[in-house]
Amino acid sequence: MGEMPMGKMTDQERQLVEWLADMNEDDAVELAKRMLLEEGADPLRVLELCRAGMDIVGKRFEEGEYFLPELVLAGEMLETIGAIAKPLIKHAPGEEPKKLGKVLIGTVHGDLHDIGKNIVSFMLDINGFEVKDIGVDVPVKTFIEEIDAYQPDVVGLSGFLTLAFDSMKETITAIDGAGLREGRKIMIGGGQIDETVRSYTGADAFGTNAVDAVSLCKRWVGAAA
Amino acid sequence: MNEPLKNIQGQSPEAKAAYDARWQRVMDCVALKQPDRMPIGMQPTFWLAKYGGISCRQLMYDYETTKAIAERAVLEFEPDVHSPIVLATASGNALEAIGFKQLQWPGHGVGDNQPYQYIDREYMKPEEYDDFLFDPTGFYLQKYLPRVASAFEGFEELPSLPGLHYFRLIGGIRAFARPRVREALEKVIKAAEEVERFASHHADFTQRMTALGYPVSYTVTSVSPYDFVADYFRGATGMMKDLFRNKDKLLELLDKAVVFLLRQAIAGAKASGNPVVFIPVHWAPDAFMSPKQFETFWWPSFRKMLIGLIDAGLIPMPMWEADCTKRLEVIRDIPPGKCIYWFERTDMVRAFEVLGDVVALRGNLSPSMMTTGTPDEVDAAVRHLAENVFHKGGKLILDCAFGIPDETPVENVRAMFDAARKYGG
Repeated sequence: MGEMPMGKMTDQERQLVEWLADMNEDDAVELAKRMLLEEGADPLRVLELCRAGMDIVGKRFEEGEYFLPELVLAGEMLETIGAIAKPLIKHAPGEEPKKLGKVLIGTVHGDLHDIGKNIVSFMLDINGFEVKDIGVDVPVKTFIEEIDAYQPDVVGLSGFLTLAFDSMKETITAIDGAGLREGRKIMIGGGQIDETVRSYTGADAFGTNAVDAVSLCKRWVGAAA
Repeated sequence: MNEPLKNIQGQSPEAKAAYDARWQRVMDCVALKQPDRMPIGMQPTFWLAKYGGISCRQLMYDYETTKAIAERAVLEFEPDVHSPIVLATASGNALEAIGFKQLQWPGHGVGDNQPYQYIDREYMKPEEYDDFLFDPTGFYLQKYLPRVASAFEGFEELPSLPGLHYFRLIGGIRAFARPRVREALEKVIKAAEEVERFASHHADFTQRMTALGYPVSYTVTSVSPYDFVADYFRGATGMMKDLFRNKDKLLELLDKAVVFLLRQAIAGAKASGNPVVFIPVHWAPDAFMSPKQFETFWWPSFRKMLIGLIDAGLIPMPMWEADCTKRLEVIRDIPPGKCIYWFERTDMVRAFEVLGDVVALRGNLSPSMMTTGTPDEVDAAVRHLAENVFHKGGKLILDCAFGIPDETPVENVRAMFDAARKYGG
């Protein structure tokens, strides 16, 4: 995981990052609120601190210390603080941190499951990818249109049911047929996905969890894993 | 309780002998005794639509056709135990009558040829823990039931019953005559009549299979306390947040849920005469929570439930979904010879090594192999399980990972049963 360009942190800033990383939601949110609303902290700086906290969360998830509940709560904390910080940004944000790449993700047609997809989107986002989530039960045609318009580096197809094997195969065949495969990679994931399904669908790779998804995307865009 | 449905009308002596032999094979596994051969379980759901050449929608709505196809499948494959097939498939009329909102099913949200799918939502808000804990029945009547099934819409207007007394009780029942309540009661009665028909088709099918010599694996299904709250009340993400935000209330509710889930499962199993209680397990997998969270939130209430079922003379059959390898040492902590553990993706050889002296095992042919593989691959996978689990002393009931995947080619199911007989002798 790359170093955040954080500069030197004050004790208070370090405290916020630590509380976020340690799932201390009440204290973290209260401190962020105080910094933003009472002490006039730069909202962009607070968001940067949030990203630093999420970085640690992501790392702990990869190392097997954190699991899905921590990712969900981390996402909540980020959303709560973001909702306070974003309206306070007065000037046009300066240089946004450069994204590693673009990922388009959706659950294939016939399947309504979204928990795994949402977790993958969140992990990709906190790892520096720009993610476009096009929802569940996504028809093949919609995937094609979205890929054509968004031009992602990676397409992620999600599915939980066994019927998703065929939906994934159809979607990938259509992507090939539309000439949209060139220069991009396709990953599949979900509870029933394994190498057999990867080979059946013609995807480039599969993953069974969000860490796999992040490593695949990083490898494909040439970023350090 | 261990010999259900004895002396069935119309059961010939040959059918009775076949029935007893099949059932005994499974009971030997439960008791950790070596059966005469490896038993085979059959749990089809929407696969039957493919097998019978009808749509998923027809399978859900047409009782007679569904029973005929299910019977054909059981007679063709001759499993030692089959699932309560009619209950698992032909629920369309009942769901419709009750206006069930937690599922989308063919014609109601998904296409005619798709299986039903559960809608993960927050059916109970985090601030409602206290209501549920204080008065579960009141919470069900006024809040939960109208949220999950439209027939109950109107029950919100029912009075809160605890506290009614004397003339307060007389006055308190006025709400039952309100138009919305009246309408709801009428709908619920109609729905109950449909559910009664549904249940009698299930009983009819099960009795017919029994008469022909084929035992049903179980008829009662339950749920772990954690999954009960996570799946049906708080929703997946709500529940995960509760592990931090509402920890104490959640633990209190899990304790309470053990009591009413146990009462229901025991009453249902005793009434059915079949001792096995099937419990699909959704939230235990390795990837879903940390070992500490598992041992704090998931396992203690479930263990109480397993012990409660065992003490009632029943045989719990949890189906551990996804990969639960890291849980094996923990879930070993139950009395030996009382349960069947069905594993989905957990490596069965590893499960046998850790649990072989405690539980019978069931499973676990890979869904991707069953749906996209060849009969030869199925044969090899069955052989692997027979050689490395059953013939090494594992009390294995051969089955698919979670039943026959809907898309499985029929020849792969044939290969599964042929191979089980070839290698499981």
